[in-house]
Amino acid sequence: MMAGIGLKGLFRSDLPVARDSSGGFLPWLIALMVFFAAMATTGSVGLTDMIARWNRDVAGTLTVQIPPVIGTTAKAKEETAARVERAVRLLQSLPNVVSASEIPADKLAALLEPWLGSRELIDELPTPRLIDVTLNPQARPSLEDLQTRLKDAVEGATIDDHQVWMSKLISLAEGLQKLAWGVIALVSFTTTTTVIYATRTALAVHRPHIEVLHFVGATDSYIARQFASRGLALGLLGGLGGLLGAVPTLWAIVRLSEGLQGGLIPAITIAPLTWALLGSFPVIAGLIAMITAHITVRRQLSGML
Amino acid sequence: MQQEQFEYDTVRFKSVGLRYGNGPEILQDISLTLTPGSFHFLTGPSGAGKTSLLSLLYLARRPSRGSVELFGQDVTSAPRHRLPAIRRRLGVVFQDFRLLDHLSALDNVALPLRVAGASEAEIQRHVPELLSWVGLASHMQAKPSVLSGGQKQRVAIARAVITRPDLLVADEPTGNVDDRTAIRLMHLFREMNRLGTTIVIATHNEQLVRQMRHPRLHLEGGRLSILQPEEG
Repeated sequence: MMAGIGLKGLFRSDLPVARDSSGGFLPWLIALMVFFAAMATTGSVGLTDMIARWNRDVAGTLTVQIPPVIGTTAKAKEETAARVERAVRLLQSLPNVVSASEIPADKLAALLEPWLGSRELIDELPTPRLIDVTLNPQARPSLEDLQTRLKDAVEGATIDDHQVWMSKLISLAEGLQKLAWGVIALVSFTTTTTVIYATRTALAVHRPHIEVLHFVGATDSYIARQFASRGLALGLLGGLGGLLGAVPTLWAIVRLSEGLQGGLIPAITIAPLTWALLGSFPVIAGLIAMITAHITVRRQLSGML
Repeated sequence: MQQEQFEYDTVRFKSVGLRYGNGPEILQDISLTLTPGSFHFLTGPSGAGKTSLLSLLYLARRPSRGSVELFGQDVTSAPRHRLPAIRRRLGVVFQDFRLLDHLSALDNVALPLRVAGASEAEIQRHVPELLSWVGLASHMQAKPSVLSGGQKQRVAIARAVITRPDLLVADEPTGNVDDRTAIRLMHLFREMNRLGTTIVIATHNEQLVRQMRHPRLHLEGGRLSILQPEEG
């Protein structure tokens, strides 16, 4: 019995705020906002992971190209192999190089085969030899210095630093990430603004009731709490609706991305922490609506006697 | 305890004037002192400013000039956050009742108690008793929309007295009830007054004023005069 009274007391309101239509659209709007926020947040977290991975790759690897000695004779092949050998030894002797190894001719040929045709033809072509170099990402050597030393050892050797083209990709991803944050900021702003206007409308509708509450000694805080409770309920309701829409959409995106495995863009995965973050969105939406309604009411009431 | 209660006057107006916007002064140079436990009628023709004077008493507005003190506190320019505590010492019966239509009679009467933080147990103990006393035992759960004018008035009176206020301000509290109920309600006011509540009742009922034999505050053309019973 006491628990019943307690619960009733907790949710009872002296104002008919639950019945007026001024906030009826709020859950729908908040649902939409939470849906967008969930998409943007998941995208932003995914991009953060991707950028970190790309940065790791860029910082940790480079490719050295060794021009072959022109000719198909055994001597030419030996000289080419000797050039590669010199370059690999030089690279392995450098302090900040973790490993340096030639990409096997078979693997190279397999990579070129779709463009250049048969294996026999590729063997006859003067294709450059490649050395895969793994660097210490914490102490990356100067590329200029490396280039000079390589050229001294092997004439015509060049470095293909992935950083140049990868940085453009990273810039694009960072731009998209900023866009996602922009969407989240816009969603928060829209939700807050809408709650402010809905609350002001509700205050205007209930002004005669509020006056009565004032006359019987209600404080602004007492009145604001009633609107804040309503804001919390509508925010939670809308937030849950938005999350219910977002979860299957994200799940579908994850499933569709599984086909991308092995490419430059990895399959999208959503970490448990991200799911937990998304799960908190209805609560965050409820809290935003509650706090906004409370502050709005307090400000509006300060103009009354 | 008694000594402390009489350290200040319940109401003190000093040269109070009231105007709405840039209009003429509705109340002019009102100076008035109501001591604790006093009982006054407020009379005067329609448009004399009775409701405006009452609105100053129940803090619906502040004077345009002069000063108003309630319970020894200057409310002329008191900050808003101090007003709720003063209002909780007031009971107001409005002419148009101002009941909350979505609440039952019981919840309307319980409103001042809830606002003051009373427990549900306390509310369930006192409110039904008072509603029974004013003859609304069978209408406790009724919404104002289904109550007659007289019943609404009794709910409004019950709401005003439920907290045993130090000052009761009533605007035509017996205007919509039959004579028997009017006498019963006046007995209630008299009993509250006997227990220390200061009472101001605005009325057009000359018979009631003569019968009760309390001083009257008479407003005419925005000016106030105080008439003793024998003069009335």
